[in-house]
Amino acid sequence: MRLLTHNMLSSNIKGVANGFPLRIEVEKVVEKKVELNADFLRNIFPKIEWKAFAEAARTLGYAELPEDADSSFLGSDDFLDKFHHALLELHLEEGALICPETGRRFPVNKGIPNMLLHEDEG
Amino acid sequence: MSSRPEVQAPPEIFYDDVEARKYTSSSRIMEIQAKLSERALELLALPDDGLPRLLLDIGCGSGLSGETLSENGHQWFGLDISQSMLDVALEREVEGDLLLGDMGQGLGLRPGVIDGAISISAVQWLCNADRTSHDPRLRLKAFFGSLYRCLARGARAVFQLYPENLAQRELILSFAMRAGFAGGMVVDFPHSTKRRKEYLVLTCGPPSISTSVPKGKGEDGESCSEDESSDDEAEQTVCISDRHRPRKKQKLTRKGKGREWILRKKEQKRRRGDEVPLDTKYTARKRKPRF
Repeated sequence: MRLLTHNMLSSNIKGVANGFPLRIEVEKVVEKKVELNADFLRNIFPKIEWKAFAEAARTLGYAELPEDADSSFLGSDDFLDKFHHALLELHLEEGALICPETGRRFPVNKGIPNMLLHEDEG
Repeated sequence: MSSRPEVQAPPEIFYDDVEARKYTSSSRIMEIQAKLSERALELLALPDDGLPRLLLDIGCGSGLSGETLSENGHQWFGLDISQSMLDVALEREVEGDLLLGDMGQGLGLRPGVIDGAISISAVQWLCNADRTSHDPRLRLKAFFGSLYRCLARGARAVFQLYPENLAQRELILSFAMRAGFAGGMVVDFPHSTKRRKEYLVLTCGPPSISTSVPKGKGEDGESCSEDESSDDEAEQTVCISDRHRPRKKQKLTRKGKGREWILRKKEQKRRRGDEVPLDTKYTARKRKPRF
């Protein structure tokens, strides 16, 4: 699972008011190189919750991202490179996602988070 | 229609390793899936600026439909309930991310982040109650409600689906409308049984020129799709309207069969050589009301 997806996911448990961001428990991270697409990065940037994103990247062991970012950063190639790397190349392969309110664990196996809820949570 | 997978088993059970394997080995299935997803992407009508978008694939299965999205340069992630299908998707090394989840429990996504959603042959599964705790209505409501929230304003969602009957189609459509979507059904090749394909095209957000507003009685699913009707003559699109026939009243008004009718039937059976009870004063006598 990439951080792009992590940044969109929130906890879906009944009664949880703010299920974002899911905390990450890391067991294994892999990197897969993909081609940089500046158009996509510019397009997706306003939708990224930056604080959660930078925090998640740090959890995966990538601390190069600035604490805060705004759209003026997008002109810099260096920034785009880092943004791209953290957003699309880092994969959480094994670990878990944890609901910030209830502490419920969603295990991640082979890069696939299991977001299935139990019957009483739905 | 016993060949419909929906009536055989719940999706997470039906799409086991064997069934999932078909999606990598059968070139026929792959071709159909690719065609369906291409058409769905076309109906999604993303702005024609060549920008890559973030799309959602609901019921992504082995990632066949996602592949079409990747080929068109979009980023996507997919949701499916079958672990076996997702394993196949991993093997195929699809580019999008995969989530194991149940669309009937609602999509746990942040509001307004998705540029478009497609779903190939999946939504009709929501109409099944596979567990005692499942209520199709609640599941449809949760699904469409959460989808509406996570789509960006003006974004579209296109579902290719195989409704079992008219009632199911209307159920799906009415819940989509209730969630706030505008749109309707688009039917390709309505006169062909094999090539006929139905798409539910929904637009998120308040009606505008770009959305096709359903005509008629609002919520009951009487809808026309105008801007979707493509210029291509082969791909005809038509309106779907309520074609419910009034239920036959015959059964409700009939009082029951009389003694005469029973005697006649017994005589018929006797002539055929069947063993029939004797005709007595009790034959065809009305039961007491307390019975």
